[in-house]
Amino acid sequence: MIGRLWAIAYSTFREAVRDRVLYNLIVFALLIVGAALLVGQISIGIERLVLVNLGLTSISLFGIVIAIFIGIGLVSKEIEKRTLYTVLAARPVRRWEFIIGKFLGLVGTLAVNAFFMSIGFFAALLYLTHRFQRADANLLVAIYFILLQFVLITSLALFFSTFSSPLLSAVFAFSLFVIGTFADDMRGFAKLTEGGTKWVMTGISYLVPNFSSLNVISQVAHSVPVPGHLVLLNTLYVLVYAVAVNCAAVLVFEKRNLK
Amino acid sequence: MIAGGLLVICLAASIGVSQKVDWERGDVTLQDVLYIPSPNTVKHLSLGYNGLLADIYWTRAVQYFGSKHHEHSLNYKLLAPLLDITTTLDPHLITAYEFGSIFLSQKPPEGAGDPHAAVRLVGRGIRENPKDWRLWYHLGFIYWQELHDPKTASECFLRGSEVPGALPWMKVMAAALAQNAGEAETARYLWTNILNSTTDKDIRANAEKRLIALRADEEVTILQEYVDRFQKAKGHAPESWMEMIQAGMLRRIPIDPVGYPYQLVNGRVQVARPDLLPFITKGLPAGKQSTVMPKIS
Repeated sequence: MIGRLWAIAYSTFREAVRDRVLYNLIVFALLIVGAALLVGQISIGIERLVLVNLGLTSISLFGIVIAIFIGIGLVSKEIEKRTLYTVLAARPVRRWEFIIGKFLGLVGTLAVNAFFMSIGFFAALLYLTHRFQRADANLLVAIYFILLQFVLITSLALFFSTFSSPLLSAVFAFSLFVIGTFADDMRGFAKLTEGGTKWVMTGISYLVPNFSSLNVISQVAHSVPVPGHLVLLNTLYVLVYAVAVNCAAVLVFEKRNLK
Repeated sequence: MIAGGLLVICLAASIGVSQKVDWERGDVTLQDVLYIPSPNTVKHLSLGYNGLLADIYWTRAVQYFGSKHHEHSLNYKLLAPLLDITTTLDPHLITAYEFGSIFLSQKPPEGAGDPHAAVRLVGRGIRENPKDWRLWYHLGFIYWQELHDPKTASECFLRGSEVPGALPWMKVMAAALAQNAGEAETARYLWTNILNSTTDKDIRANAEKRLIALRADEEVTILQEYVDRFQKAKGHAPESWMEMIQAGMLRRIPIDPVGYPYQLVNGRVQVARPDLLPFITKGLPAGKQSTVMPKIS
């Protein structure tokens, strides 16, 4: 089982690299270097802040865009190219192994992408500030939370890919990402309502993925640490949510007629 | 070959046409600069990336102020809205409160000339960042220097001195203002503090200009006393500095801090180049207004 999962995951990673996904690192590097060199000339007092905000936002946004645009095609492309039948029938790979392998492959791709971006980001930060400070360790927490975002969005994109066209999957995945950033606002709104609306809003606010709690970029940019218990709780939340969504993907995919 | 040549020609043409369009558009409208004028809407549209958007809006505010300052504009109407959006997106962007309040409070063309907006901005900064004593310093400075309210300024310095980590001179300032110490000395103390504590070249330049203006104000006051004494003794105002030198009241022609001789016009001491001394309150030619608000007696 582990061997089959690894094979699917590794081939997903190789395909992403073949799709020149990692070229986005060049754009990222240019952005970061540009910010490091230019911001001090056109603004006042925020060189480090801009570098941190821009760097971490880029790592997050680039990753989410890649997750959506590769994730939506993970299953549908295989169906279209008819390679799925070979994988499922000839290998043989169980359907749930296929889904989980794809999930792990894309998360791995995003993790590698984020790793190289982080190296570039810290290099630019070192160039600007000349030495690291203790508070810079908080940036690693922000990057970890970004990886958690990738896990969530990948599971969602993969789920939609099991039954929808790539275009609709992209729309659904992106919509859930946007709605998820308003999860805190939705809960606040639910508290102000009464009766049935309150229950519905509360239910929806907990059902949508909570991306807002995973965005700590502003906080770490101001060197405010993230409490350890929040790191643990968010990790647990993402794990259970991703498992739930992947289970949903597996259930849909198991029932799907591939002929 | 044809496609390549056409590409180069069309690219060059697009740059030229774009420049013409920019020229025709002239000053941008409020909507263009702000994109979305509602701070809360901008915050919601940021999808959680409000930190970066705040940095963008702060840079926009700095660029806006810089370009208006460069044009010697008397109208900075977009400055307060840009700062409002910046601090809504990132309430902990201390730089925006500190420098934004300076940009807002100074009189045109050096700033927006709206010290009350500066007070609101810094007040918000204090509410969002209660542990930052420097914001109390800025608030006190605005009340003292721009609104000429030493009592409230003293209270601000005192409140700031009680924040953990505040430097000892905050209490000194609170006491000095409360006792209504000599204002020129206090102002020199404050501006020297700012000059020594900031590394930003624009803020340093502003502080240096303020200190030069203080020196010019003092020199004009002293020279005017000499001129009045001459008039009392001789029965007429001196027509030139040479007259006063020959009378033994001066040793040489007085030179202002920017290197120009002071002028004598109808018995009044004036600076030769008031445009080089933007913050002076004395020695201005008739009809020229000071960029520091007049004292409220």
